[in-house]
Amino acid sequence: MSPLPYIFCLPLLAALLIVVIPRNYKFVIRGISLLATFGSLVAAITMFCQFNGAPIMEGGFRFVQKISWVESLGINYYVGVDGINLGLILMGAAVAFAAVAVSNRIQTSEKEFYILLMVMIGGILGAFASLDLFCFYFFHELALVPTFIMIGVWGRGENKNFATFQITLYLSIGALLVLIGLIALWLSLPEGQRTFDIVALTEYFKDPAHRMGSGAQHLIFPLLLFGFGILVSLWPFHSWAPLGYGSAPTATAMLHAGVLKKFGLYGLIRIALPFMPDEVKSWMHILAYLCLGNILFCGLVAIRQRDLNLLIGNSSVAHMGFAFLGIASVSLIGITGTIMIMVAHGFLAALTFALSGYLYEQTGTLDMEKMGGLLRRLPFIGTVMIMAMLAGCGLPGFANFPGEAMVLFGSWNQFSLITVLAVWGALVIGGVYMLRAIRTIWHGDKAQPEYADAAGLWRKFPYALLLAGLLVFGCFPRLLTDPIKSSAEPLVRMAAGEGAKAVLIAPSDDVTTIRAATHLSK
Amino acid sequence: MNFSLTYLELAVVALALGLLLLELWTPTALKPKLGYVAAAGLALILGWSFADTIPSESATAFSQMYVRDGLALFFKRFFLMAAILVLIMSVEFSDRIRMGVGEFYVLILFALTGMMFASSANDLIMVFVSLELITISFYVLVSFQRSRMGSLEAGVKYLIMGALSSAFLIFGIALVFGSAGTTNFDGLLQVTKGAADDKVLWLGLLLVLAGLGFKIAAFPFQMWAPDVYQGAPTPVTAFLAVGSKAAGIVLLLRVFLGAVPPVTGQWTKLLMVMAAITILYGNLCAIPQRNLKRLLGYSSIANAGYLLLGLSVLNASGCSAMLYYLAGYLFTLAAAFTVICLVARESDDISSLAGLSQRSPLLAACLTLAMVSLGGIPPLAGFFGKFLLLKSIIEQGPVNPGYYCLAGTALFGVVVSLYYYFGVIRAIYLSKEAPDLTPITVSVPARLSLGVCVIGMFYLGLFPQTALLVAQEAVSALKF
Repeated sequence: MSPLPYIFCLPLLAALLIVVIPRNYKFVIRGISLLATFGSLVAAITMFCQFNGAPIMEGGFRFVQKISWVESLGINYYVGVDGINLGLILMGAAVAFAAVAVSNRIQTSEKEFYILLMVMIGGILGAFASLDLFCFYFFHELALVPTFIMIGVWGRGENKNFATFQITLYLSIGALLVLIGLIALWLSLPEGQRTFDIVALTEYFKDPAHRMGSGAQHLIFPLLLFGFGILVSLWPFHSWAPLGYGSAPTATAMLHAGVLKKFGLYGLIRIALPFMPDEVKSWMHILAYLCLGNILFCGLVAIRQRDLNLLIGNSSVAHMGFAFLGIASVSLIGITGTIMIMVAHGFLAALTFALSGYLYEQTGTLDMEKMGGLLRRLPFIGTVMIMAMLAGCGLPGFANFPGEAMVLFGSWNQFSLITVLAVWGALVIGGVYMLRAIRTIWHGDKAQPEYADAAGLWRKFPYALLLAGLLVFGCFPRLLTDPIKSSAEPLVRMAAGEGAKAVLIAPSDDVTTIRAATHLSK
Repeated sequence: MNFSLTYLELAVVALALGLLLLELWTPTALKPKLGYVAAAGLALILGWSFADTIPSESATAFSQMYVRDGLALFFKRFFLMAAILVLIMSVEFSDRIRMGVGEFYVLILFALTGMMFASSANDLIMVFVSLELITISFYVLVSFQRSRMGSLEAGVKYLIMGALSSAFLIFGIALVFGSAGTTNFDGLLQVTKGAADDKVLWLGLLLVLAGLGFKIAAFPFQMWAPDVYQGAPTPVTAFLAVGSKAAGIVLLLRVFLGAVPPVTGQWTKLLMVMAAITILYGNLCAIPQRNLKRLLGYSSIANAGYLLLGLSVLNASGCSAMLYYLAGYLFTLAAAFTVICLVARESDDISSLAGLSQRSPLLAACLTLAMVSLGGIPPLAGFFGKFLLLKSIIEQGPVNPGYYCLAGTALFGVVVSLYYYFGVIRAIYLSKEAPDLTPITVSVPARLSLGVCVIGMFYLGLFPQTALLVAQEAVSALKF
């Protein structure tokens, strides 16, 4: 029995179950949510362990399941896993469990909160597992809308209303651009061969004779690039992100910044790049310059922040710049690096937002000027946060390092100047704001009242889980890079078109390059 | 003569007359419950309509004025369903009607008869007669709360605007008859196939479009909608929003795609502009509204715009998308208005929703689902309807790039609409001060009708397969 459907069905079933439970049974509601997400985490880990042994089915996917949904339009419920979404699903399930575990601070309308949270989790994980364009979009939208409501209802800070408004507007526009792009993609196929099936589409476009007309590519590619780009906070469409995360309740910020945001990158890698290779050539250098905006501009903005959540939010936008740089390089090593960053940043963003939520709950403020010397009061939380922040600067040993290193290796050939600036942005700017934050919050001799540190195994577990994710994939990146490489290679080959040889770095070489990159991390 | 074809309409008329008689012998205290009798009767008729299969060949009656085909049957079932939900809502509302509760139900049934005849219209005279039956019933229904100024004001406005639109319609019909020599749709099809650029005919059809535009509240004939929606008794508003609009839509389909497609083919730009402005007007004007019914009035204008999108592509996929959208719209609006009917007793202001999540979680959840579905968010009916409409217009993009602009406008409208629909959800769950926290009891029939609406919204959103096939079959009657 394939573990895949359990991963996203358990949370959705839990949402249904919570609907019928009376609102006074808060303990039961929370218990069901915890059980469901724990179940999906166990299923995700099982799937990760069984991945290599599982039989490979159509299109190189494993654990495939397909049920007809709307026959007349050719829409199927179709899920499956390959190397690209394997790590993302595992990371998503871990973040989901951690997000539920740290949500014990929600004290108003718990029932609605957990229903929305479960729908959001089910939606995110379902979107990453989907192999049907309609399902893919459907699940994403299912996850997106609860985000808005949760920020509006359970958010904090005086800018809450504006933040809700902004994030709703930006992300809805992004999602709708994607929807138009996907419908147009479907319609660009000749009648009779129209399908929403991603596997079949990939097979179809693999054949050079079936290359999409340049008119259609001109229209669809920018729609998808900017639609997905807005969802991932591509500069200059990023301004919703820091404010939105600053106002969001902890669990929502963790899930959105950690998991849901990666949907856009995933969509670009899975759909936009391989299906429209001609446009890739003309757009990728523009994307490379835009991602400099993410890395440098948002990095500099992060330096100026006094509010911890805004700093984390801006740094998370800056990290997305590396992910985009890897995509812009259209090379196997760069895209492998991007996927690695997606997984690593998922753990990292969720961890930092969880910690800042804990800090806010204890100290009642996120203004860094008012903090200081907190490490003495909160040794566990402080240590984890310092480790997370160092991971954010790209310290070897954490999963971000191999990802960023691979992206930089990948982009060097084409964008050497941009790579230099990106390295500068990562090492210098990232170092400046992270180290300053560590100094102002945790060190110094400011007298602080007694705060309660996370005590007991249970309270520490969610943070430890996310940190473990960062460390495991940081020390053993091959766990991810091996499956990613074999699955990403055909897609990169399609995206790079005739220039495939130049960017692929002959198959035997790229293994050694990845090894070289991973060696640095050890 | 082929009376037997109209058995569904005749059954409704018989039910209405029977109800009038029954009311004479009903004690005053029990009169409100007559609504349940009417709803049960309609449920039986609805069941009866499923007894025979959809005719593959259309059959006509009354010297080809009345046609019975798949499209007619689809809309008849639609109207019956709408009327059942509205009647149950009316029973909940009956304590706010001073006198004549029985007549209130009967008038709803008469309006329903008019809608059912409209769905079978095959002649411009039939269009006019059935529309008058609908509109005159509504004149009375809108101003039924005789002691409330708002209701009377709405009644007068609806009367003036309705009379004006009828005048447009009848003048248009006269011009069409003068130019084509026939009012029958089959005859018009023959005439327009020969000469589709007769200017008098065009003027006549333009006036017919204006008359029908009033009914669906499309720009520039939308002025009456917000005022009338706000003032009318809530069940009547619901029936106006669902029934009257759907009647306008089916007549648009019958006239512009069934009778004069060669002319409509040259009017795509007009329809596109109309759709785009209607969407923009409805959505942008809804933003500052604080009155729930008025807000839904503007939202209904916006939805008329979305429906026109399906018409503007002039093909089967657009029309089946329209039908699908209407079906989702029926359940969504019925749920929303039932909740408003139960909750907003003194005022219809959005603030009256404050604390609803504590007063009645069921009603709060239903209204939230309705707003989410109106906003076009999966997994509810509104999402799939909007998806199908967008798909049908983007499909036409290569033919005329204007459709891409239209799709962009529609998307802009969807994004704007999220703002005010979420405003309602926020009022339900977030309002800080709730003046009144008394629990609301919901009667069993109201629970049932809400249950049907919620199931309908989820079913159309999650399992579109069957309903889409039904819509496609119904549209095949138009013979593109």
